[in-house]
Amino acid sequence: MTTTTGFSAQVLRLDPQRETDRICARIRELMRNQVKRGGVVVALSGGIDSSVTAALAVRALGRGRVIGLEMPERHSARETLALSGKVAAALGIPTRVEDISGILQSVGFYEKYDNAVRMVVPEYGDGWASKIVISGVANQPRFTSFYLVTQDAQKVQSTVRLPLQPYLEIVAATNFKQRIRKMLEYYHADRLNYAVAGTPNRLEYDQGFFVKLGDGAADIKPIAHLYKSQVYQLAEFLGIPEDIRSRKPTTDTYSLAQGQDEFYFSLPYQMMDLCLYARNHDVTAESAAPVLGLEPQQVRMVYRDIDTKRKTTRYLHLPPLLVEEVEWE
Amino acid sequence: MNLKDEIRNFVVETFLFGDAGGLTDDSSFIREGIIDSTGILQLVAYLQERYQVAVADDELIPENLDSVQRVAAFVEGKRNGASCAGSEG
Repeated sequence: MTTTTGFSAQVLRLDPQRETDRICARIRELMRNQVKRGGVVVALSGGIDSSVTAALAVRALGRGRVIGLEMPERHSARETLALSGKVAAALGIPTRVEDISGILQSVGFYEKYDNAVRMVVPEYGDGWASKIVISGVANQPRFTSFYLVTQDAQKVQSTVRLPLQPYLEIVAATNFKQRIRKMLEYYHADRLNYAVAGTPNRLEYDQGFFVKLGDGAADIKPIAHLYKSQVYQLAEFLGIPEDIRSRKPTTDTYSLAQGQDEFYFSLPYQMMDLCLYARNHDVTAESAAPVLGLEPQQVRMVYRDIDTKRKTTRYLHLPPLLVEEVEWE
Repeated sequence: MNLKDEIRNFVVETFLFGDAGGLTDDSSFIREGIIDSTGILQLVAYLQERYQVAVADDELIPENLDSVQRVAAFVEGKRNGASCAGSEG
């Protein structure tokens, strides 16, 4: 469907060859003129974003200048390592596997996480799993609230709304995962005199869906300007294996499988992409709604959520702030 | 101190570092960038602790919580047992 404003699901179609060439040229330019390192480290999660980032890096720099890091931990999905290994094999790049469970154990992550969960579910323990989900803002005009979903050893699930302190404790503990992974990425980058390539897509970058100094840290972010649907288009063009392209986007952060649309975005990525595009191009809610299969009121709520997330996550993008400017160039 | 002043004080001290600036009783916390979703959790925790007010899922809406005026009316309504926006009772 195309509206009178020209807005349709087709607005996100791109020419994969041309976009790949453009990104690769820019990666080479950035590496040569600004980063000045010999190659890049890419953390491979088995997901679409890291796979495409690695593939682009290989095209831009050559497979001899790219290393993939696979960093599973106790809660990672079982298929994660197999998928990331498959991408690396398809790209012909060397990889290192760093199981971060030991580091997480050393910093007390598992204990801290379980203790935080027990603040609301006292019986939580061995054999249980959990995740955080959010309320759907597209369905009703509510503030985002956070729920803990737990699953006991008999696979029985229950959901409880999270009060402030347990919510903060769970998120703070979980952020160890992204920060420890980034620490290892920079370890390997330093030992190889490489840079770190970050893997956020535009939805994540724009909406602040990253951990500051965790997955938010990088030297270059080659796909941060691409909507997630466009990342999938490049994935097909770049020959990313089908099982990665057909995998549902996951955070791979909690012990229970968690979709990105459960935790952060109010809609599945295809719809979020279109809403974000529409918001960025001043498409009215009335014009966007029929394309999205939503009511105008729902689109307005998603627009509001986009604006709120931009505003409230702005600080994640900021460098350390100084009292006064210090000249250094 | 009346209810509205107490809530206003809490918002100013907690989210504005003591500087009320242009905060009015009708200022939208969200639109003015005063409170984010974590801030709403803080506000709800305060209401529960200070006024023993339980906030149901369907009451977590701007009509109840998005300004000093609205929060005060919400708490007042809960204290009086009146039904609030979003509540089924």
